Amino acid sequence: MNEILQIKLLGIFSLGMDLGWALLMIPFLPLMGFLLLGLFGRKHMKQSAGIFATLLLSGSAFLSLHTAYGYFFKYGKLEGVYQKIIPIQFTWLQFSPGVSIDLGILLDPISVMMLVVVTFISLMVHIYSLAYMKGEERFPTYYSFLGLFTFSMLGLVMSSNIFQLYIFWELVGVSSFLLIGYYFDRPSAVAACKKAFIITRFADLGFLIGILILSFYAGTLDFNTLIEKLTSTESAEFKSIASASFIGISALTWALVLVFIGGAGKSALFPLHVWLPDAMEGPTPVSALIHAATMVVAGVFLVARLFPVFSMSEVALKVVSIIGIISALFAALIACTQTDIKRVLAYSTMSQIGFMMFSLGLSGQSGEGGLGFTAAMFHLFTHALFKALLFLGAGSVIHFIHSNEMKDMGGLRKYLPITHITFLIACLAISGVPPFAGFFSKEQILLTAYHHNVTIYWIALATSGLTSFYMFRLYFSIFWKKEYIVHGDAHGEGGFVMMMPLILLSLGAAAAGFIPFGNLVSADGKVLESVFHLQFSIAPVALGLLGIFTAMWMYKNESNRPDNIAHSLNSFYKLAYHKFYVDELYLFVTKKVLFSLVGRPAAWFDKNVVNGLINASGNSTVFISEKVKGFQSGKVQQYAIYFLAGVIGLAVLFIYIWK
Amino acid sequence: MSGSTIIFYLLSILTLVSGILSVTTRKIFRAAIFLLFSLIGIAGLYFWMQYEFIAAVQIVVYVGGITVLIIFSIFLTQQAGELLPQQNRKRVLFSLLAAFSGFGLTLLQIIQHSFNKTLESSILPTMENIGNQMLGLEDNGFSLPFEVVSILLLAAMIGCIVIALRSKPTTV
Amino acid sequence: MMEPGLNHILFISTALFFIGIFGFLTRRNLITMLMSIELVLNSVNINFVAFNKYLWPHKLDGLFFSIFVIAIAAAEAAVAIAIIINLYRSHQSIDVENAEDLKF
Repeated sequence: MNEILQIKLLGIFSLGMDLGWALLMIPFLPLMGFLLLGLFGRKHMKQSAGIFATLLLSGSAFLSLHTAYGYFFKYGKLEGVYQKIIPIQFTWLQFSPGVSIDLGILLDPISVMMLVVVTFISLMVHIYSLAYMKGEERFPTYYSFLGLFTFSMLGLVMSSNIFQLYIFWELVGVSSFLLIGYYFDRPSAVAACKKAFIITRFADLGFLIGILILSFYAGTLDFNTLIEKLTSTESAEFKSIASASFIGISALTWALVLVFIGGAGKSALFPLHVWLPDAMEGPTPVSALIHAATMVVAGVFLVARLFPVFSMSEVALKVVSIIGIISALFAALIACTQTDIKRVLAYSTMSQIGFMMFSLGLSGQSGEGGLGFTAAMFHLFTHALFKALLFLGAGSVIHFIHSNEMKDMGGLRKYLPITHITFLIACLAISGVPPFAGFFSKEQILLTAYHHNVTIYWIALATSGLTSFYMFRLYFSIFWKKEYIVHGDAHGEGGFVMMMPLILLSLGAAAAGFIPFGNLVSADGKVLESVFHLQFSIAPVALGLLGIFTAMWMYKNESNRPDNIAHSLNSFYKLAYHKFYVDELYLFVTKKVLFSLVGRPAAWFDKNVVNGLINASGNSTVFISEKVKGFQSGKVQQYAIYFLAGVIGLAVLFIYIWK
Repeated sequence: MSGSTIIFYLLSILTLVSGILSVTTRKIFRAAIFLLFSLIGIAGLYFWMQYEFIAAVQIVVYVGGITVLIIFSIFLTQQAGELLPQQNRKRVLFSLLAAFSGFGLTLLQIIQHSFNKTLESSILPTMENIGNQMLGLEDNGFSLPFEVVSILLLAAMIGCIVIALRSKPTTV
Repeated sequence: MMEPGLNHILFISTALFFIGIFGFLTRRNLITMLMSIELVLNSVNINFVAFNKYLWPHKLDGLFFSIFVIAIAAAEAAVAIAIIINLYRSHQSIDVENAEDLKF
């Protein structure tokens, strides 16, 4: 255990030693990009930064695909069960024998899937940004931040222990902060990045405490050991964590809920979602990468990673599912009223993450019951594809029209044909229209809800209808509605570089549903046969189509129907339009309660008491030294008198007092 | 009362009175002369103690050397007939206090302390004994301090020259 | 009038010592301060010689010490006067109150 670099190759000797190095290269290629571009980019690689970063990332993407292929089809399975493989692990910080923080790589179905998703989406965004961000002043900086983000996200999904995951979790937060604040000359972007950072940091506090509780009781940080110890009801660790309680709730539940709070902050779940819409201040490709496809699903990933532990606490799972469904519905309602297209997409992201979360929350541990887990992961996968596509499409639109507002758009299908088609595919996919990807994953989620909690099922069904409504509201408002009149010189929709990611992603969004996901990713590693119930899918599809046609009726041509409906729903519409006043509530709590009741007195205390003490010590030093420096008068004879007085004093002292 | 005692008291009075006058007179040249007398009195005390060699050294070095040096420096730095500036009263008072308390304290110690005379046979401070011991290398020899003091004197001489030299180019 | 002995000589040397100290404390002219120091040194010499004569007549150490003190006093006087003259050149005064550049 004491060797600094301890490489464990568990049962994969046949594949050769290079697997570990190949895996290491996946995150380290983007890291290299970050370092090189960050250090030298602005001076030496002004033009070539994008190409350089894209090449590095394509290497990384290739390696991930290679790993995924190898894991899923060659060596991952042992007797029909996907194994958790730790190809690399070494001790980083040894606190005491038995307690150490390791760094390592953990391969299991979800991390491999996330590897593919992250590198693929990141690659698409890198390519897309080549054209989208062209001519930006800080072009190399942008790519170095992207590299940092990709590195952190890959590190996060491959982490072999919970503390390592936390490190990368924070790194992801930092890179998200940097990218949201990329246009730091805009006050709104600065405010948004601060908001995102502070809110996620607030949530991460919960996560950290949760980690500490879990590791305190389990005595380890390592995922595999932790899960193993906390899931067997016989083990001493489980007994102690389940019996210890605080305010009537067991320590296990507390820990899991706290960890979930961290996940909820990162995944923008209600009520910690307020940063996500503001985060749209970042460059649009960044929104596609971070705030739609990868980083925001980190919370889902976290819950999935600790899922066996979660399933030991019913309360924690209930919290997960309730927060999930509330977020889903809540965000969908808001999304119907927003006019900034990126904000609509942001709320839609939040809603879809809510879907994944409640699906996880309703999932069982193994076998047929584990459908929810598979469904959540499947939805994560498909959602990454079509949401990235939606954002990149929105990016094309914004690139063309230089505005985020729906009212400036309309009739763009003639000018942006490829964007139009790909956007339509993505909308169909998210609305759950067969045979597009979203249909399959959403189907499984709804099936899980139907089996486990009917209330949630009905809400989810309604939300899914709303989803298709607001997505097609967006679609029709952008591409139909009115004839677009070109002002000045209209450039095209961007060259091949911008269109290629759209086309690739739309292929994914169209076809990803046919992947037999249950065979690859499941809660217990065994194959889960996805059963397809034709009669069950009638309701969601019908609702989805209803949503689409309502949107078409309202928004395909210019009319006053939307206004009429908004009027008839007067107060409710306003409520949704103002995002249910959650931001205002936060502002009230922070400004009125925290700042004036806690902050002001604390500031007063700091200014008067703490500063006073410091100043008093300083002033008294000055005062005393002013007095003392009089002795140093430069008058030799005065010194001589002091000296003589001292000698006489000492003589008296030694002769008469200290005999 | 023997003649020796009378001589002792006369010498003491000469030494102390001219010492006091030397530090109190306001004419600097007189101060130097009173110092001279005080030093001569001390030399007389050495004679009285029958330490003729040290008395001779006292006269040669102090009376003949240092006092003359002081008088030269007075000539170099002082205008003739100028009274020395008066010290402020507070300083004088404190100095008197310090001097008298120190004097009292020391005197008290001298009176209370009983000095023990050694019983060994004495040697006379003749020139021969002094010369032998000063340059002797045996137990009572002082050749090492002698050499050290010679080097110190040399260093002091060179130092004086350097100090005197240094300001010349800067004043030009 | 008593027969003079060690205590008498010690009285003289102590008196001379504090006369020198008093002079050093009250004089403002550097040369007169130097003279006071000479008085102090001489009182020490008297002590050395007296102790040698009355307490340790079998040795000549006190005598040698006073010789060395005289030598060092001579050196000191020479250096001090060199410094004083230098000071006079730069300050046009040898008043100790004017030589107080070295302070806070």
